[in-house]
Amino acid sequence: MTASPPALRSRSRPDNQALLSRSDLASPHRFLSLARVLVPTFAALALVLTGLGLVLGFRAPPDYQQGETVRIMYIHVPAAWISLAAYTLMAVASLGTLVWRHPLADVAAKTAAPIGAAFCLLCLVTGALWGRPMWGAYWVWDPRLTSELVLFLLYLGVIALWNAIEDAGRAGRAAAILTLVGFINVPIVKFSVEWWSSLHQGASVFRPGGPAIHPSILWPLMISAAGFTALFFALHVAAMRNEILRRRLRTLGILAAAEADVR
Amino acid sequence: MNAALAAIVKRDLKLALRAGGGAGIGVIFFLAVVTIVPFAVGPDLPLLKRIGAAVLWIGALLASLLGLERIFAADHEDGSLDLLFLAPAPLVLTAAAKALAHWIATGLPLVVMAPVLGLMLGIDPRALAAVTATLLAGTPAVTFIGLIAGALAVTLPRSGLLVAVLVLPLAIPLLIFGVAATDAAVTNEVPFGAPFRLLCAISLFFFVLGPIAAAAALRHARE
Repeated sequence: MTASPPALRSRSRPDNQALLSRSDLASPHRFLSLARVLVPTFAALALVLTGLGLVLGFRAPPDYQQGETVRIMYIHVPAAWISLAAYTLMAVASLGTLVWRHPLADVAAKTAAPIGAAFCLLCLVTGALWGRPMWGAYWVWDPRLTSELVLFLLYLGVIALWNAIEDAGRAGRAAAILTLVGFINVPIVKFSVEWWSSLHQGASVFRPGGPAIHPSILWPLMISAAGFTALFFALHVAAMRNEILRRRLRTLGILAAAEADVR
Repeated sequence: MNAALAAIVKRDLKLALRAGGGAGIGVIFFLAVVTIVPFAVGPDLPLLKRIGAAVLWIGALLASLLGLERIFAADHEDGSLDLLFLAPAPLVLTAAAKALAHWIATGLPLVVMAPVLGLMLGIDPRALAAVTATLLAGTPAVTFIGLIAGALAVTLPRSGLLVAVLVLPLAIPLLIFGVAATDAAVTNEVPFGAPFRLLCAISLFFFVLGPIAAAAALRHARE
């Protein structure tokens, strides 16, 4: 391990920067007190925004071509965005593990993986349910669909690696390297509809020239997306808190066993 | 430094080719995979001719996965991995040399066997030449992706399946452009060169990324 002068320097930093210091032992502790506020806040936001988005989505006019099935989009599109954002968060956290050695980085990466995988699966399943009436098939081997499926496989690979290595620190660094290697797939998912001729719609919301969606459909979509984002953070912060507590319990168990051994 | 790398390649080749090295098993597995396909789809030569290139690619890809988990694990167990850390060559190049030796021992025989197995599937000579060329360009990259997975799983006792699960998603682009180039050679709808060059580009990308990521994984595993 490299020497750690930045960590020593950080002791004299003002309190609000302590969370960002490299190996400050207080950091997980501060995170736990922060989580007591963040989890209920994000959960409430998620409940209100997702509920509002879904209600507005059901009251929005049906699409002139897709009819009522357009309503699947209010779940499908936010889930797809979160599945990409969660992997990106894992990649940034992996840099945090390998480069800055932040003590919470591998906790963040580990706990984001199953949540991201769940959103990824939700995206694939809702897409299949929409595809049956619209395209006439649950699944087509299209660039966008296939690259999203590969993203799901990468999520499962990262989770499998976490489960395969017993030591948390070692597992974290191995999973971080795998996450960074797999990150190549994220831009492929994003730009797959532009690079190849795809059955899937092109980017319709964030594109040069403004959204190609009518405001009556766009607004419920954006509210629903905000709600899904809040849901992700509520689940993620809660999972990080649980992981920190789980590791503490494990350490306490080992200490207690060692003490009993001495006696 | 070059002498050190050459010594690593020579040593790994010797270990792979001698008793217990398991270099020949991949070829037997390749033959077995190709053999079971006509049992699954029926001995219909026109159909086999059409899917033959894909069958060869899948067989070679699966056979390339064999033994990847042993690239570093065997050295870790007998302690020679510690010596490789002390070697005069940088760890990145040492890892690349080990991947090269592994490919020569296990991947190259697959490429050599592919035309023979292709004859059994009724693939015509033009497509056979194309699929052999794509395998020659693509299978080294599978080994270099596997180098990363082998390094990540270096301390694990039973990691064969894990390595396969980690490698396959990353190897999909190779499969796509390998089979696309072969199809191009048969149908002439697009020139063979376009997908083949993309395949070579992806291979070159993994030749660089594989050793760098594997060396990083090995360093972190030692801590």
